[in-house]
Amino acid sequence: MSSTSVLGGVVRRREDPALIQGRGRYTDDVKLARTAHVAFVRSPYAHATVGAIDTSAATAMEGVVAVYTAADTDHLGPLIAQVPVGALRPLLNNGTVKHVGEAVAMVVAEDPYVAKDAADSVEVDYEPMPAVVDLKQSLSDEVPVHEGASNTLISWVGPFGADEAALAELQAGIEAAKQRDDAVVVSQEMTNQRLIPVPIEPRSVLADYQAGYDRFDIYSSTQIPSALAGAIGKYFGMSMNQVTVKAMEVGGGFGCKLNVYNDEVLVAFASKQLDRPVKWTETRREAANSTIQGRGWVATATVTGTTSGEVLGFELEGIADMGAYSQNFTVAIPFLGLFVGSGQYGFPTYWKMDCVTTHTMTTDAYRGAGRPEAAYYLERIMDMYARRIGMDPAEVRRKNYISSSDFPGAVSPMGFPMDTGDYTTNLDAALEAAGWSDLLAERDAARAEGRHVGVGLATYVEVCGFGPSGLVDLGFSWAEYQMPSAFNGSSLVRVHPDGSATVSIGTGPSGQGHQTTWAQIVGDGLGLEVDRIRVIHGDTEEAPPSIGSFGSRSAAVDGAACYEATGKVRAKAARIAAHMLEASEADIEFADGGAHVAGAPDSSVSWGDIAACAYQPHRLPEGMEGGLEAHAIFSPGNATWPFGTHIAVVEVDPDTGDVDLLRYIGMDDCGNVISPMIVDGQVHGGIAQGIGQAMFEDAVYDADGNLLSGSLVDYILPTAADLPSFELDRTVTPTDVNPLGVKGIGEAGTIGSAQTVVNAVVDALEPLGVTHIDMPLRPRRVWQAIQDARA
Amino acid sequence: MYPRPFEYVLPSGLDDALDALDANPGAKVLAGGMSLLPMMKMRLLSPEMVVDIGRIAGLDQITDNGDSISIGALVTHSEVAASGLVGEHGAALATAASWTGDRQVRNRGTCCGSMVHADVAADQPAAALALGATMVAASSSGTREIAAADFFVDTLMSALEPNEILTEIRIPKVGAGTGSAYDKLGRRGGHTDYAVAGVAVSVTRSNGSVSAATVAVTGVGNRPVLVGEVADALVGSDGSDAAVEAAAAQATCGIEVLEDLYGSVDYKTHLAQVFAARAVKAALASAA
Repeated sequence: MSSTSVLGGVVRRREDPALIQGRGRYTDDVKLARTAHVAFVRSPYAHATVGAIDTSAATAMEGVVAVYTAADTDHLGPLIAQVPVGALRPLLNNGTVKHVGEAVAMVVAEDPYVAKDAADSVEVDYEPMPAVVDLKQSLSDEVPVHEGASNTLISWVGPFGADEAALAELQAGIEAAKQRDDAVVVSQEMTNQRLIPVPIEPRSVLADYQAGYDRFDIYSSTQIPSALAGAIGKYFGMSMNQVTVKAMEVGGGFGCKLNVYNDEVLVAFASKQLDRPVKWTETRREAANSTIQGRGWVATATVTGTTSGEVLGFELEGIADMGAYSQNFTVAIPFLGLFVGSGQYGFPTYWKMDCVTTHTMTTDAYRGAGRPEAAYYLERIMDMYARRIGMDPAEVRRKNYISSSDFPGAVSPMGFPMDTGDYTTNLDAALEAAGWSDLLAERDAARAEGRHVGVGLATYVEVCGFGPSGLVDLGFSWAEYQMPSAFNGSSLVRVHPDGSATVSIGTGPSGQGHQTTWAQIVGDGLGLEVDRIRVIHGDTEEAPPSIGSFGSRSAAVDGAACYEATGKVRAKAARIAAHMLEASEADIEFADGGAHVAGAPDSSVSWGDIAACAYQPHRLPEGMEGGLEAHAIFSPGNATWPFGTHIAVVEVDPDTGDVDLLRYIGMDDCGNVISPMIVDGQVHGGIAQGIGQAMFEDAVYDADGNLLSGSLVDYILPTAADLPSFELDRTVTPTDVNPLGVKGIGEAGTIGSAQTVVNAVVDALEPLGVTHIDMPLRPRRVWQAIQDARA
Repeated sequence: MYPRPFEYVLPSGLDDALDALDANPGAKVLAGGMSLLPMMKMRLLSPEMVVDIGRIAGLDQITDNGDSISIGALVTHSEVAASGLVGEHGAALATAASWTGDRQVRNRGTCCGSMVHADVAADQPAAALALGATMVAASSSGTREIAAADFFVDTLMSALEPNEILTEIRIPKVGAGTGSAYDKLGRRGGHTDYAVAGVAVSVTRSNGSVSAATVAVTGVGNRPVLVGEVADALVGSDGSDAAVEAAAAQATCGIEVLEDLYGSVDYKTHLAQVFAARAVKAALASAA
């Protein structure tokens, strides 16, 4: 970074004016002539055989273009998955449907209203069968979700890579610890409930097959444009360069757009069949059953420790809900939990998660994806342990941290090498920011007045910034999507003949501010005004292949590629400038829109001058190629491991169970910060979603597999009005796995927050004897917990 | 979220609107549209015709009738919440309106629309009951007055006939010594979102005791209802906390309390009692 670095300064997001003024362009805003519109016929049953499908009324309806069933599309095969463990989703199903909302037929019509009318008129004979929704019932294999197969798809056991002998020794060690005279064993079964991702913009796809050129333009609200291009190519026997995917503005993703969906393939199919553009935009109610969901674990956490706060072992054993079909990551999500199963601690950890299938919508990545669940169990049980032994919860954590002196080279008890960490410094900063001892005193004073005030603390470590390209060897292979280069970052920086610049990058942002961040990196490296830099992302025609935006990876991986490509352009420009100024290359500095000789600011050339020279090879130094652009691929040596400490203060009304969130303090460490405002925004949204899980959100299925909370009337999302003003600050422990020193911050807020709030509420109710309440902590649950404790 | 086809008319006068309703028994009246349009988009309701009364003059006023105030069919929740007249004579309704929906909904949705929609967990119907409001319904054969106590018939069902428009809600003015209040727990806690349980109260004090009271409960059963037992227990009492809590213990008398995602029968019964006590205390305080 140069001495006049714009990195780390507060820069306003350049994308915001368009978004705030309603001038952003989303997929559904793209209007192509002759576009036909899709509506799906979806199963009202969670488990049923599909008999006759009568499409005659729909076909006869004016404005209906076509009606397709599985008979038309089965030849394409099922929906591809990256980790294809378990049954794959049929594109359309005319056999046995496996969840409410599963697509049975596709209607294509002249407008979406007619399409919906026609879809409603399709008559399907269903023979309903018993559904499996409960995770323990699924685990028992009493009723198979998929005929002839066990409901348990895979069991993740950690530490990672430990063989049976090592696992047995680990478990024996923890069992022995439980027999010690000073042993304290705290165990609790807890639910980490299912959540429905609710981006403001639902999913939307527009496919435009161009028969004259045998190619597709696909517009989709996706986080992974390149994978979608690869998948569409694969389904239709085309090379990936015959498919262009453009992700326009994407109005939130949170992982739910990190899938190639059957509807995307089907809309492309219809476009090719009909030789016209075809569009489908998900409705909000439809989204509840047609877009992946997240979380959905039941597990028992056990801490074995001493009376003096030394933890001798942590065990987590449970069941994770995969839903009906495996999609992109599905069974890999609990594996991401295993990655951080031991958190920031050094104690022995045994971890086992059975991944079971149920008659519900598929689960997959939702902001945090396995890591919030893992952190929740660990930090809830650590809190219960601290309470049991009567020790300050911050001190119990401090006692058991991996020491900062173990870095570099620290390997977590789960078997993963970690990049950098300084957990104690971060904890102390959080305690200082919150005024910890005063907080506890205020809480005690409030209790003396009969008020139910609670203080909750939780710390976390995350793994993100995926990652090393070697991850493909762990089973995270994107080969199914024709994307073997999956985990690389990739960026192309081009200086145009007029001295302006364009950075093309393979990220697929959905609100992360990439228009700003990449321009900052390029602008900083070239000494070029941000206004002169165009950023192109989410467009497979323009951008070099890269996998997209998820797992808090963009800055740490593609951002690093952008930094390196910028460096290459700068190096070439320095040679050109030195040539033009008749100076030594080593003396060239870039600032204020051009290059100058160090110590001689008047001896300068603008980027326009340099570019003009670059594009006239006869003026260049002998042997230099014309042009001024560079491509860089970046593969980090490791994932990154951000961490943090969160603190919440609540007051509970014991008469109603109503929880008032009074304060929320976040102290995160994501390494170096490129744009503080963007990082704060990410943390804000992340915490809001974590609080949403802690207090409001719940995907409730009945025993027949009907989603009872499928509309936003009953699926309660947090709003700004429900939240206090967050008090945020950071410690800075740069990573050594990328040249920017950045770790990633997209998911940290979510990973750190749910357990912080639950810890605070349980603390508030401790005098009443409450030790645990399952999320969401709606008033009903809190009141009931108080009644149960009193009984 | 695509509604079925429907015809849309935008009459400029009340008579035209009423004629349209007479001619189209499947028609629905549109004012703010905050309940009707979502139901149509979810295809829970598919009227053949929508009669938009938004351009009819004179329906957008809160008026002082001398002994009562009238809230016209186009008056929004925000306007009710901000009205000095409503605040003075029907504080329970002003509070209920201020806690209805979110700001956007309050700026478009109407008080009369909330009454006609008759949601089991709506706030303002409880306030109308407690305040002894009169519903004025117009049809092509004239107007009729319906007591609020007779208006809320069943789940999402009011006493309004398909060919009628609720043109105004009339609230009697009150003098010194009378006060009203509304309190609730919303689904997301605090006062936000639909009521898990809500209680509206109007009380009159004279000579140190409670001389009149009405208490209405919403959110816990199939419709908002008056609970005479609480009112009866209050009248004649000294309005002490003990008397209020004893009366509030009967908050769900005569109500079949229904469980939903937000509360068990026990919890909702308990909440109705808690908020009955809180609302009565607040009303008594304002009546002092």
